[in-house]
Amino acid sequence: MYRVVVIKDIVDEAKNVKTFRFEDDSRPSPGQFYMVWIPGIDEFPMSISYIGNLKGFTVKKIGAGTSRMHDLHVGDRLWIRGPYGNGFEITEGKALVVGGGSGMATLAPLIEKLDNRDIIIAAKSKDELVFLNRFRDLEPIIATDDGSMGYHGLATNLAEKLLVENDYDIVYTCGPEPMMSAMVQIAKKYGVEIQASLERFMKCGIGICDSCSINGYRVCVDGPVFNSSILFSMTEFGKVRRTPSGKKEELG
Amino acid sequence: MLSVSLNGMFFKNPLILASGILDESGDTMVRIARAGAGGIVTKSIGSKERAGYPNPVIYELPDGMGIINAIGLANPGIDSYGDEIKIAKTAGVPVIGSIFGSSPEEFVFLAKKMERYGVDAVELNLSCPHARGYGMEVGTDKELVEEIVSEVKKAVRVPVWAKLTPNTHSLIEIATSASAADALVLINTVRGMAIDIDARLPVLSNRVGGLSGPCIKPIGIRAVYEVSSELNVPVIGVGGVTSGRDAIEYIMAGAKAVEVGTAVYLRGISVFSQIVREMEEWMLKNDVGGVEELVGVAQRR
Repeated sequence: MYRVVVIKDIVDEAKNVKTFRFEDDSRPSPGQFYMVWIPGIDEFPMSISYIGNLKGFTVKKIGAGTSRMHDLHVGDRLWIRGPYGNGFEITEGKALVVGGGSGMATLAPLIEKLDNRDIIIAAKSKDELVFLNRFRDLEPIIATDDGSMGYHGLATNLAEKLLVENDYDIVYTCGPEPMMSAMVQIAKKYGVEIQASLERFMKCGIGICDSCSINGYRVCVDGPVFNSSILFSMTEFGKVRRTPSGKKEELG
Repeated sequence: MLSVSLNGMFFKNPLILASGILDESGDTMVRIARAGAGGIVTKSIGSKERAGYPNPVIYELPDGMGIINAIGLANPGIDSYGDEIKIAKTAGVPVIGSIFGSSPEEFVFLAKKMERYGVDAVELNLSCPHARGYGMEVGTDKELVEEIVSEVKKAVRVPVWAKLTPNTHSLIEIATSASAADALVLINTVRGMAIDIDARLPVLSNRVGGLSGPCIKPIGIRAVYEVSSELNVPVIGVGGVTSGRDAIEYIMAGAKAVEVGTAVYLRGISVFSQIVREMEEWMLKNDVGGVEELVGVAQRR
C-alpha cells in the first residue's frame, strides 16, 4: 500500500541535487528510508533528509526515476511506502560526521540530533556541496577534491587529520562507497566506533529478495546503517556489489 | 521431536526456506540456516543471467495479509552459481537447488549443473506465475511436466522435487503427471494483481504477480490435502506458513515438511526459531512425541 503525498516545496541544493518537501505523518528516525514510486516510471529507495511533519527527500539526479523526480513541480504527487530499515544509533560523546556529496541528505536529520559534533561536508567540487546553508551555524568543515572550496583533498584525509588531533567517540558517515570504505579503515586504525549508511541496488525494500545483501546482511532491513563490528566483518563492502540479476561485480 | 527424514535427507526440523526468499547469495542462505531453518531452497536459477523486472516488484497488502511479487526470475545464471552453493553448503543443512527452464533439455542441463555444484536435491520450478515461457506456463502442460520430471529423474542421482502451481483447475492431473518426482511441493504463489486507484495503474511493473502469505494458506492446505490423499508421493506444503499452528496444519493435511517464505517479511529472520518453539509447545501440550506422527492425520476419519 502506498501513501500519496503532495510536493509542497522544491529547493535547489547543489548541482543535480534538489530537496522535495512534503507532509506525511510517519515518524522516521534519522538514517531510515522510504520507497518512492513515480507511477509508470520507477520505484527507488530514498533516505529521509527532514524528519519533522514537513518531511524532505534530497535527491540527486542519477537514473530514470530520480531524473523524472527532478522534473516534478510543487503540487505534484509522490507515492511512498516506509519508513524502512534501521536508523543511526546515537552514541554518547563527541561525534565526527563525514558526509560526501548527496550522502549529506542521510546524515542531516542525525546532525540535528547530536549535541557535540564536528561536521565535514565534502564533495568533488564546490557546486556539489550539499546543505552548506542548512548547517552554517554549526560551522562545518568543508572539503573538495579539486580544492574549489575549503580543504583541498579527500574528505577521508581531512577526517584522518581530525582523528589525530581530537578525541572522538564515534564517526558517522554516508557518501560514495570508496569514501565510506576508506573511512571504515581509518576508524579501525584509530580504534574509533563508526556507523555508515550503505547503498546497494534495491528491489523489494522489505527484506525478502536478497538483491541488496552484503555478506548476508540486507541493506534494506538489517541496514542501511551498520556499526563497526559488522562493517569490519564485511568482505564485500568497498569491493564487490551485485547487479540486478544478483551476479557479483567488482566495484570500479 | 521435530526432525524429519525425507528422500534420504535429514532435516533437523521441517521448516525449509522457500525458493525466492533471501536465497540468492550463499552468505544469506548461511545466515538463514543459522537462524534455525531446517533446509534451504535456492532462488530459481536459469541457464542465463536475468535481471528480472523493473521496480515496483513488490506490493504489500494491508494488515499482514501477504504480498504480491513479480521479481521476474532474476538470477545470476547457472554458470556463476557454483560459488553460492559452495558457501550455502557450509551451513550444514540440506540445500535444494531450484531451477527453471522452458524445455526438458534445459531442466536436465540445469539439474546436472546443480548436482555437480553439490546440492542435496533439486526443485523444479514448474509454477512461477509471472514469467512468460517459464514456470506455470510450462507447469500446466501435463505432457511437458511428465517429460521434464522423468528426464531430470534419469539425469541426476539426487532427489528431484517438483513445485506445482495452484493456478489450475486440474491440480490432481498435473500432480499425477509429476508423480515420478521424489516429492511434490505445493503450492507456488497465486496469480494476482493490485491496482493503485490514485495512480489508476497496476502497481507492479509486470502488472501481474504472485500472491503469497497468510491469505493463500487455505488454498495451500486444500492442495496438499487433495494431492497427498490421491497420490503416494511425499508432499511438501508451502503457502502462508507463518506460525507453528500453520506448520502443523499443513503437516496434518499430509505434508512431510513445509517451506516458509513470506513469513520472513512478516516476522523477521528469527521466524524459523519462533515456529520451532511454537510447534514444540503445541506438541508437548498435546502429547505428540514426534512431528512425523502428525503427517496426514486430518485425512483419517
